[in-house]
Amino acid sequence: MAIPLQAPDLGVTRRRSRPGERVVVGLLLLCAVVSILVTVGIVAVLASEAARFFAEVPIFEFLTGTRWAPLGGRIEAGDFGVLPLLNGSLMIAAGALLVGVPLGLATAIYLSEYARPRVRGVVKPVLEVLAGIPTVVVGFFALNFITPTLLRPVFGEDRVFIFNAAAGAIAVGLMILPIIASISEDAMRSVPHALREAAFGMGATKRVVSLRVVVPAALSGIAASVILGVSRAVGETMAVTIAAGNTPNLTTNFFESIQTLTAYIAQTVGGEAAAGSVRYQSLFAVGATLFVITLAMNLLSIRLVRRFRQAYQ
Amino acid sequence: MTTVAVPGPSAALRRGTSRNVVGIVLDSVYAGALFLGTFLGVVFLGLLLWTVYDQGWDRLAGDPGEFFGNFVSRFPARAGIKAALHGTVWLMGLTALFSFPVGVGAAVYLEEFAPRNRLTNFVEANIANLAGVPSVVYGILGLGVFVRFLGMGPSLLAGGLTLAVMSLPLIIIAAREAVRAVPDSVRLAAYALGATKWQAVRHHVLPAALPSTMTGVILSLSRAIGETAPLLVIGASVAIFNTPDDVRDPFSALPVLIFNWTGRPQAAFAEAAAAASIVLLAMLLAMNSVAIFLRNRFTTRW
Repeated sequence: MAIPLQAPDLGVTRRRSRPGERVVVGLLLLCAVVSILVTVGIVAVLASEAARFFAEVPIFEFLTGTRWAPLGGRIEAGDFGVLPLLNGSLMIAAGALLVGVPLGLATAIYLSEYARPRVRGVVKPVLEVLAGIPTVVVGFFALNFITPTLLRPVFGEDRVFIFNAAAGAIAVGLMILPIIASISEDAMRSVPHALREAAFGMGATKRVVSLRVVVPAALSGIAASVILGVSRAVGETMAVTIAAGNTPNLTTNFFESIQTLTAYIAQTVGGEAAAGSVRYQSLFAVGATLFVITLAMNLLSIRLVRRFRQAYQ
Repeated sequence: MTTVAVPGPSAALRRGTSRNVVGIVLDSVYAGALFLGTFLGVVFLGLLLWTVYDQGWDRLAGDPGEFFGNFVSRFPARAGIKAALHGTVWLMGLTALFSFPVGVGAAVYLEEFAPRNRLTNFVEANIANLAGVPSVVYGILGLGVFVRFLGMGPSLLAGGLTLAVMSLPLIIIAAREAVRAVPDSVRLAAYALGATKWQAVRHHVLPAALPSTMTGVILSLSRAIGETAPLLVIGASVAIFNTPDDVRDPFSALPVLIFNWTGRPQAAFAEAAAAASIVLLAMLLAMNSVAIFLRNRFTTRW
């Protein structure tokens, strides 16, 4: 998006257009402007309902409260503290990184530096398939395979709850693996060959070249992929709703049930919470929190990607 | 005359491997770890597909007529996916209907007509950011704007619009790449024959870019169809006992049904969820195959 990719001026700007062409161009412009309307819509919806929510619940209390209990019949002070949800989202993101970053980077280095074209030709489509599996199916897998077949036998039935943060985090880690792998691989492949050859000329081995030359040279792209991975992990909804449970729980134990920002939104479905109730409005306050977090990380990631593109192209 | 044997580069050096024992061990451990890391991802995909197949195939193949022809039921043995399958097909059509023209229009504008100004920069930055907004936030947008503000209720129309808005950035990005891949010689040739800019785009650039545009659109649609969270938030239901015949009807969808069945305690519902997952995965596989076929069969190599 950042690269000026406009077609060169072919001298057609002086050409007189036929009647009606301006209308067509206007319609096309309108299509492009729809995307701005979408953003305006998101911000307007989140801001207006969240504002009503913060009229009932002080924003300070929302951001610092350690108890999330939206289901009580009467709303009491301290019922809407977002920290347990935020903690859940961060646990999922941290666990997902623990799975996704090593596997994703290993895949990226292997595909970019080691794999023969034929192996690449098999692994890349497989990763695309993995990226395309619906998140609800990944959630099914987490609940019906990762928890009962991997986690509970290894760590003990009495320690691992049926709904636990670890299963959700592993599932989300698998989902962000293809993103981290493909963006990092792009960055590594755009490192000029001259750098590698210079290192080989100095007697460096493949391992040294990939770790000391390619990875540092591609670092901004790798960082961008990891940040995008965090953003995806925080925004992921279905796998964590299914596998990690729905207990707003301020814990650090990965084997307990938690609730993330996204899972709360998915559980408090629009149809059920009456419009105008504090519970309905809390949906938008949580959504706004989620939107701000992911937006900040996406902006950072886009900026980093732009940097590695500028460096080598 | 004595000949001095000049040693050539050792085999080890040429292959870029170490010559001392520690280095050789490190090299092979490292290469092994990379290989293992790569194939662990592949293994997990295999385990996932196997789990779904293992748990769902008997339920699906046992009585396909019942499974495809029945509506949902309290009794897992009698529960079927009819309403959800119809809902998903409707959603696919509506999403394509809304997102395809707008997405391609925006892409053509940005690639062919947009002046380099602040509005264009803003639109581009905005699209890149929208592509990273979590799907559940699009659900909130749909709930606030389509369902409540415009009064559509949890209808097919609201669902289709929500999914369309969600897939719009992806479609724009894919269509832009397709339009950009058409070389300038095509445009220049059209201008040389007296075509205006729009004529060149309409008759030459767009047809040339169409196959890869379609590939991108179908891939984006297959993502949209697998989405659950936005539909849950706008209020897609599971208890639907007729097939929709109007965009104002309430609807169910396969991912929503899978979520609902997965959350039930009975093992038989887990099997039904797995069976429905097989149907959903098969639909996505079919869509992706069409997309890849289009890409390989019709894309022009310049």
